[in-house]
Amino acid sequence: MTRWRVFRFNQIGKCSSRRPLLAGLCEPLIALAFPLTVLVAWHFATYGRKYALIPPPSDVGLALYDLAVGGINDDAFSTTLHIHLLASISRVFGGFAFAVAAAVPLGLMIGRIPLVRALLDPTFQLLRPIPVTAWLPLAMIIFGLGPRSAFFLVFLGAFYPVLINTVFGVRSVEPRLIEAASMLGCKATSQFFRVVLPARLPGIFTGLRLGLGFAWVVIVVGEMTGVQTGLGAIIMEARQLSRTEIVISGMIVIGLAGFISDRVVLLIGRRLLRWSPNHA
Amino acid sequence: MPDAVSPILELKGACKEFMLPGARIEALRDATLTVAKGEFVSLIGASGCGKSTLLRIVAGFEHASSGEALMWGMPIDGPAPDRGMVFQDYGLFPWLTVRGNIAFGPASRGRPASEINETVKRFIALVGLQRFADAYPHQLSGGMKQRVSIARVLANDAEVVLMDEPFGALDAMTRERLQDELLEIWQRTGLTVLFVTHSIEEAIFLSDRVIVMSPGPGRIDSEMRIGLPRPRDVAAADFNELRRELSLKLHSHLARKAA
Repeated sequence: MTRWRVFRFNQIGKCSSRRPLLAGLCEPLIALAFPLTVLVAWHFATYGRKYALIPPPSDVGLALYDLAVGGINDDAFSTTLHIHLLASISRVFGGFAFAVAAAVPLGLMIGRIPLVRALLDPTFQLLRPIPVTAWLPLAMIIFGLGPRSAFFLVFLGAFYPVLINTVFGVRSVEPRLIEAASMLGCKATSQFFRVVLPARLPGIFTGLRLGLGFAWVVIVVGEMTGVQTGLGAIIMEARQLSRTEIVISGMIVIGLAGFISDRVVLLIGRRLLRWSPNHA
Repeated sequence: MPDAVSPILELKGACKEFMLPGARIEALRDATLTVAKGEFVSLIGASGCGKSTLLRIVAGFEHASSGEALMWGMPIDGPAPDRGMVFQDYGLFPWLTVRGNIAFGPASRGRPASEINETVKRFIALVGLQRFADAYPHQLSGGMKQRVSIARVLANDAEVVLMDEPFGALDAMTRERLQDELLEIWQRTGLTVLFVTHSIEEAIFLSDRVIVMSPGPGRIDSEMRIGLPRPRDVAAADFNELRRELSLKLHSHLARKAA
């Protein structure tokens, strides 16, 4: 049992990692230990108390189940989870996609073209410290109450991390690689696409991960502004009705959705960046 | 255009100055040098003697502050595929495989895909990396990386190969093996090689001619023709004789300064 080991070999036959199977199984178990402890403590602190403002975990579990498949409370919240989840996901990824489409090219230009940098960089640096939540009133005036404001806030939240990482990335391309490319006959424009862009893909990817994370953070704020659907909307509505178990259910779903979408980006990144010793 | 009268490489009184805040550094003073086609020339000297600067001027990465740098009698303005550079730190593209790195030059110059495939195959075989064709640079040893870097330049039809201490970061065994391989490739292809090193033995072992440079300011001090037949034996008496002679030349400017 203790002698089971997994050996992984890379292409050139060197042993790249020897990780005992046992440790491989232990890691998820260790990761679960802390939340389980919290869950138990939460249970004993709340279960069986009549006027507790926070519901016990079992109530939250039932609420989450009812929210997803129904059959328990059969109220306005039952079997609505997929609607809200889908609404939030589409706003998160929509806003995120717009942010990437704007921030990556802009970041590349600010990083490589001095005139664009001089023109835009100071303004962006000034706007950057303004928290996304502070934009909320203005967003509501400009885009009205509703999903467009949420969309805009998500866009804003994802925009800066992507922009900053892209700018920083392209500004720090190793000069040696530029020299190598030019002595091999790769000039100006094609140098940008064949050297600068791939060289800084890891940096850009870090920005994408951060940006998507922020998009999930901002979505709740965005959806608290009179939107009918979305995880943020459901949390706001449940709060007004003092349905705390549904509030907590919404929080759990946002956490899971954010976690899963981060994993997906990470996996895509690993595939694209398998050449990089820091990512593979 | 190759020109029957002009040598493949020529430096005429090339100088290079760098401006630093509060100081003017004279990296190279009045360097004059002619290299014939097919010649293997080494540049040797202590650090700060301008040997790398000279190489970078020929590569087109630096422009001479005054004087001229010519290839086939035409002024060198900027880097170009006919002068391939092999860097000590390899300068390989980490996101490309061995195959991709070697294909980079031909692909940049818009060669057709079938021709690129053919070329890449040939040069991977030349440096003996068939088994590693799809490996990424971070999976290769230093010696393998330097082989890729040499193949990359050759696959791009370089006439002159500029090598800046290419084997300086390798262990002694790998270094000797690559020296042998380089000589073999050079003899087979008729390349012109300009090779920067700080190893006396390496310079004598490889070169037709060794250019001795000295620092403060960087300049060409003297030169030595190596007439020994190849393959050369580093332990032979005549090799040692040359080693002593070159060592004296290399250190004479120090002695002069002390006197």
